[in-house]
Amino acid sequence: MNRPIRTVSLFCLALFLALMINATYLQFWRAGALDDDPRNQRVQQASYSSERGAILVGRTPVAESVPSDDRYEFQRRYPAPLMYAPLTGYFTFGNATGLESAQNSVLSGEDPRFFVRNLVDLVSNEQQNGGSVELTINAKAQRAAFEGLSALGDGVEGSVVALEPSTGKVLAMVSLPTFDPNDLASHDFGAVDDTYADLLDDPGDPLLNRAVQTRIAPGSTFKLVTAAAALESGKYDSADSLVPGGATFQLPQTSGDSGVVDNEGRACGTDEITFRQAMEQSCNTTFAQLAIEVGAEKMLEQAEKFGFNADYLEDLPGQARSVYPSQVNPPQLGQTGFGQFEVQATPLQMAMVAASIANDGVVMRPYVVSEVQSPDYDAETADPEELSEAVDPQAADVLTELMVSTVDDGTASPAAIPNVAVAGKTGTAQRGVPGEPPYAWFVSFAPATDSQVAVAVMIEEAPGQEIAGGRLGGPIAKAVMEAIIS
Amino acid sequence: MTTSSSLMGFVHRRRRGAELFLLVLALAVGVGGYAAVGVGVEGKVPADIIGYGGWLAALIVAAHIVIRLVAPYADPVLLPLVATLNGLGLAVIHRIDLGYAARGRETSFAQQQLTWMTLGVLLFIGALVILRDHRVLARFTYTIGFGAIALLVLPILPVVGRTINGARIWINIGPFSFQPGEVAKVMLVVAFAGYLVLHRDALALAGKRVLFVDLPRGRDLGPILAMWLVSLGILVFQRDLGSSLLFFGLFLVMLYVATERPGWIVVGGTLFLGGALAAWKTLGHVQDRVDIWLHPFEYYRNAQPPFSDQIVEAQFGLGWGGLIGRGFGEGDPTRVTYAESDFIMAAIGEELGLTAVIAVLLCYGLIVERALRVALISRDSFGKLMATGLASIFAVQVFVVIGGVTRLIPLTGLTTPFLSYGGSSLVANWVIIALLLRISDQARRPVPDLSVDEEESDDESTQVIKL
Repeated sequence: MNRPIRTVSLFCLALFLALMINATYLQFWRAGALDDDPRNQRVQQASYSSERGAILVGRTPVAESVPSDDRYEFQRRYPAPLMYAPLTGYFTFGNATGLESAQNSVLSGEDPRFFVRNLVDLVSNEQQNGGSVELTINAKAQRAAFEGLSALGDGVEGSVVALEPSTGKVLAMVSLPTFDPNDLASHDFGAVDDTYADLLDDPGDPLLNRAVQTRIAPGSTFKLVTAAAALESGKYDSADSLVPGGATFQLPQTSGDSGVVDNEGRACGTDEITFRQAMEQSCNTTFAQLAIEVGAEKMLEQAEKFGFNADYLEDLPGQARSVYPSQVNPPQLGQTGFGQFEVQATPLQMAMVAASIANDGVVMRPYVVSEVQSPDYDAETADPEELSEAVDPQAADVLTELMVSTVDDGTASPAAIPNVAVAGKTGTAQRGVPGEPPYAWFVSFAPATDSQVAVAVMIEEAPGQEIAGGRLGGPIAKAVMEAIIS
Repeated sequence: MTTSSSLMGFVHRRRRGAELFLLVLALAVGVGGYAAVGVGVEGKVPADIIGYGGWLAALIVAAHIVIRLVAPYADPVLLPLVATLNGLGLAVIHRIDLGYAARGRETSFAQQQLTWMTLGVLLFIGALVILRDHRVLARFTYTIGFGAIALLVLPILPVVGRTINGARIWINIGPFSFQPGEVAKVMLVVAFAGYLVLHRDALALAGKRVLFVDLPRGRDLGPILAMWLVSLGILVFQRDLGSSLLFFGLFLVMLYVATERPGWIVVGGTLFLGGALAAWKTLGHVQDRVDIWLHPFEYYRNAQPPFSDQIVEAQFGLGWGGLIGRGFGEGDPTRVTYAESDFIMAAIGEELGLTAVIAVLLCYGLIVERALRVALISRDSFGKLMATGLASIFAVQVFVVIGGVTRLIPLTGLTTPFLSYGGSSLVANWVIIALLLRISDQARRPVPDLSVDEEESDDESTQVIKL
């Protein structure tokens, strides 16, 4: 019987070899593919249970992992939740938004830049820790922006963005209404689901980061772009150049009241006025005519040089493209001259317009992450990057002069700071819906030479307040600028 | 001295010291594993490590001493292998207890498993002490055979039978539930061996010759057909795919070894394929198994049956474990349902990695190898057949369950010998090892009928040889 027993032995050997080869295939060759399956809860849970890196403003964390005594080991905590929620986003099981999502590879420690250290951890059997992310945000400016906007009262919907003109650093980014990411990061998943459903149902869209995700008509603040196009056309070269004026202007190819542009009673002369007066008084009639003079093609080109119709924000997810329409007829073109018709801009876009005027016409790529640190504190600093030259330096100087006059003697006076030359422009944009209050805008930068900060304030809703760009937005912009300059 | 007498004069060494040394290593795996679970999951060595380790050591040392006393020539590797697997199994089951506790489910599987192991070792000792010669069993061939059939039928009976997870393979006696099939498989091996030893000459007669293979005669097909029907019955009435496969495979291997006729493999293989095809065509639960095996990810988190969550979670877990595993406490083995029993290999693969999976497979491979070696050197046909049968039980069972867990073959419910939580299986497997050691002791001890005191080596001279 020994011969068949030997055969049986060989057969058993084959069975065991098959098991071993299959186990090796499964646990070695196929393991990566299995880990990448989006339904693999183990991978998600491990990333949820690991010690994530902090998001820092200065040396202060605005998002951090603290040990918890439940099965997930670490709890994500947001020490200044409402103020920073639009930036940090939230981090919950299987989902993340804002910087928690955009910087996930760094925060979780899986970033390829940490490869060597992770290898050392694997060998020494240490748990992988996350790297931290330092923001460009200036804590004082952020606080000033948040408190200024909140002071407009309950139900306010709006946003403030401040940039450093020379680099593109985002110094402040506030969006209201906001939410508490701590509620969404809780390990009580039932409560998280309820909170999330409530936030989705909230008519104020608190989960929206209005600074980069909401685009609305920029109104008169867009006159800066029109003025830039007019200066670039070469027809005008100083603040004292004469531009078309008038109390009313009938848009071409129209007749009757609906085609008439007026200035809501502001003094805009009769036939010709100075560029300075047109900007100080925010003359719609002037800028409608300037836009038509320049032409649709040049207007589009100018808007795109400032960043319209483009994606440029790489640090945060979900940037909405600001829009300048590519197909317009002459009456529509006239309306775009003062930021109406289909022109739409995000607060970040308008801050970029102000910042590039302050930066001798050079548009810098806006960025939020200034430094990425590995858990061993090896730091990698982000470099400023030029996007384009929107206007030449002389034109930028003229625009600055126009904006300074607008603060000193014109509609933007609420932003004036004693002993500092401030450049600013208001905006009050029609929604295009009769009876609805308009949007308020304010853009400014300071000091007018060597400026350190450019601000855009946008207010969509402010219940109980009369919407006016200068009166509502000016003081907020002023507070933010003061926070940086002082 | 002639060649044949020198061969006959060869005396196996007892190697009990080697066994003791290997047992110390096995104990290190068991107790070390238990401590590692405590450190990994709770951050400290378990408080009862002394009591636990002492108990485990006492059981293993008791088994070792009994072998020294009543089966001194028995194979020295089998007991350490079994002790390793049993100890590792206990540690992993303890780990899974802690995993369930973290999810708010109180279990004490490890505690119960240790109790079952104690019972298993007691039966192991009892079997070795009472059964001094395995050939005695051949006298009870038919009694044991009918006993096995009775045990297989028990779960189908109305009062005692119980259906768990769709398989009707359990009986309830008072507070205990028991899988009689686990005991039946040992008894079937004995019965098959006894039957085949008597009838192997007749069964070996050649019939028609087809393509180099002598097929058996038609009139001899009775037994294999009967066994085939029993296996199909288990599949249909008890919905137990694994046992059905195990029993038929076991019979086929033993029939082949007894008759030395590959023709039986052809006949058996044809019957198996026919039965499998018919089962797949007609039985819904078999079809589901095959579909889930082929496309598990399509059934993952299904709203309605069939579900594939168990196998998919096992796949994720094994992949997550990778080469060296996550370490005790770092994985999430309780995501897999029945991680403590059928799917314990998934838990081992997740937390201890491919390394441990291969190590466990090698342990099983060695058990099978040692058992087949016993079959080779055994001097009587009954012992050869029994050892082959017992080896085949391990080989087929390990292949079927681990192959199922790692998705090499469709999943069938069987326990992983010595590792899985489950009293019936653990106790039965300890008895199998006792039987193997008994056959091995008989095979390796010096041939007793050389009554003339020729030139016995001095260390053998004091040995009392039992006849």
